[in-house]
Amino acid sequence: MRAADAVFEALKAEGVNHVFGIPGGANLPVYDALHDAELDHIQVRHEQGAGHAAEGYAKATGKVGVAFATSGPGATNLVTPIADAMMDSVPTVFITGQVRTDLIGTDGFQEADVTGITMPIVKHSFLVTDPRQIPEYIHAAFHIASTGRPGPVLVDIPQDLVRADVDYEPPTGTPDLPGYKPPLEGNIKQIRLAAKALANARRPVIYGGGGIIHANASEEFREFCTADNFPVTLTLMGLGAFPAPHEQWLGMLGMHGTRTANYAMDEADLIVAVGARFDDRITGKLSEFAPRAKFVHIDVDPAEIGKNVPAHIPIVGDAKDVLAKLNREYRALKADSSRLDDWWKRIREWQTTYPLRYEDTNDSEIKPQFMIEAMYEATGGDAIIASDVGQHQMWAAQYYHFSKPRRWLNSGGLGTMGFGLPAAIGAKVGCPDETVVALCGDGSLIMTAQEMATAAHHDIPVKIFLMNNGHFGMVRQWQELFWDGRYTAVEMGPSPNWPKLAEAFGWKGFQCTDKTELRDAMAATLEADGPALLDVHVTKDENCFPMIPAGNAARDMVG
Amino acid sequence: MGEPGTSELVKLEDLEASRTLTGRKHILSLMVENKPGVLARIAGLFSRRGFNIDTLAVGPTEDPNISRITLTLDGAVHPIDQVTKQLHKLVNVIKIRDMEPDQTVAREMALFRVNAAVENRQEIMQFAEIFDAKIVDVSRRSLTIEVTGTADKIDSFENMIRPHGLIEMARTGEVAISKARPDN
Repeated sequence: MRAADAVFEALKAEGVNHVFGIPGGANLPVYDALHDAELDHIQVRHEQGAGHAAEGYAKATGKVGVAFATSGPGATNLVTPIADAMMDSVPTVFITGQVRTDLIGTDGFQEADVTGITMPIVKHSFLVTDPRQIPEYIHAAFHIASTGRPGPVLVDIPQDLVRADVDYEPPTGTPDLPGYKPPLEGNIKQIRLAAKALANARRPVIYGGGGIIHANASEEFREFCTADNFPVTLTLMGLGAFPAPHEQWLGMLGMHGTRTANYAMDEADLIVAVGARFDDRITGKLSEFAPRAKFVHIDVDPAEIGKNVPAHIPIVGDAKDVLAKLNREYRALKADSSRLDDWWKRIREWQTTYPLRYEDTNDSEIKPQFMIEAMYEATGGDAIIASDVGQHQMWAAQYYHFSKPRRWLNSGGLGTMGFGLPAAIGAKVGCPDETVVALCGDGSLIMTAQEMATAAHHDIPVKIFLMNNGHFGMVRQWQELFWDGRYTAVEMGPSPNWPKLAEAFGWKGFQCTDKTELRDAMAATLEADGPALLDVHVTKDENCFPMIPAGNAARDMVG
Repeated sequence: MGEPGTSELVKLEDLEASRTLTGRKHILSLMVENKPGVLARIAGLFSRRGFNIDTLAVGPTEDPNISRITLTLDGAVHPIDQVTKQLHKLVNVIKIRDMEPDQTVAREMALFRVNAAVENRQEIMQFAEIFDAKIVDVSRRSLTIEVTGTADKIDSFENMIRPHGLIEMARTGEVAISKARPDN
């Protein structure tokens, strides 16, 4: 068969049902083969949308997301989502067309060295040099993308090679990768050591991250956290890994986390990090981070352990395996829970003194925090929320209490504005029976608004809740707080009439400017047939608090 | 500290984290797949993580599918543990050894072209002899000398020769292999 047909045979063998992409010159043979392939192709409107849709699909379903693009500009448009998938460890495979082998290196039309460009932002990449490699490389790509610490893998296929005839044999078994052996089981001695240290800790905090969700270990995490009365906090990426609200839940930690979570980290004597990487948005000023704590660090990626913060008990392994064992070992010690009573007294004081709060209005004005609370009620707290990046993202993390994993899709590491809508489209394709809401800022949405055409074209009934404050709100906040209010390039000016723009794309468009009408407007948007946008006008200059100013310590939280 | 299988708990104050900086030179020996782009991946990793390679030598091994990359870096500046862990994440890197200095044979080759007028030619040739170096090219005004040995030995030779007017120098970077056990 043609190697292009082998691409789809190989994808079928990996269980792929959906791909997101755009055709072009160099991947024409692949798109010709797509004509006969039994697979749904979602034709996005910009390759960045394909990449984020593949990420949204992967984050919501746990399966590998797949995106196609042609050579040159098609492939370079994937750079942002590839970097995004790398930072947030999203299992994704990107298949790009490349110019003919005789043109490679000649600056041919639509030629770009995409394996070179993406080298620092992929888990691995393959440049096909022989058509017979295609099934093997695709098989290896899926294996690498989905095992160990997940991440993006690129397969770049020159146009002439994909037209060649090959004998297709489905690759079986684990691919032959002598340098790739992801760790699975944690070292039991280290796990026992951690259990014993925990049993002796007076002020422990369990700090979980997105790795728990990638490992499908939320159940094991909850079991472990409730093996004793451990205080639990999660990163932005980990939200949903522990059911909020919960008695042991301190809220999110980090730059816009709760004071309680950050103060608890500051005073902890033992911190157990699970699938989290001590990012600067968590630690603030590293030299003053959790100064009294010893660290147990559980991660499938050994390079994360000791990278930013020293690990006293490193445990390399899959969170699902390690947490199950740690839970068993800890319970066997029958530690006395009352040793944590003083600690909880302290924590309850913080919770009482410093709850998350905002000043609501007495008139019709809609506070952004109120909008998130209304969204929580309107969706029964059970929607998949795909967020853009900025203030609305942080407010959602604070006020939408995620009780299950894979419900909160956002760009945490790279902080990619424009992530929300295409990620929501991908999530809805993967989870057609779930309510999927793209929570967007007006600054973010316009960066990928063209994907409204994709949703209309493929009849993907996602909803956009647009938090419209007429600004790049988070940047405006930083300019207000840290740059003497010298506002520069943060006002959105004459922004589009969003409901009309939505209607122009074939969506339903709604608008709400009055608090008393918000709940009804949200219900109408959710109940509308097909994709629908709700443009919510919120307070223009609300700041997102509390906050640890960048480079400061948890103790220096403001607001 | 509590042993596994006992109910003795672990005192938090007894827990220590491993040191990150070793303060000495390290020789890392990497076995990598002999595939296009592998060196670029390694070089790219070093530059984006801010690791500075002192020397780098690449060559074939007894297995045609595998190349050996020997690189040296300063453990006083870089957390070697973090460097090796990052290198391990590269799919084409099969094996990494942080060579133990006293169990390793490490050698480097260097070529020096030195000003060698009549009055100092004899002295340079004596240095060469002391360092077991070879004179591989001669002209009226210069000598080209080949030295093999440890990096320290080559540094010393360079220091001896430099006052005579070092015109050009090329060093290969160290290659290393671990010593066999005496009974093997």
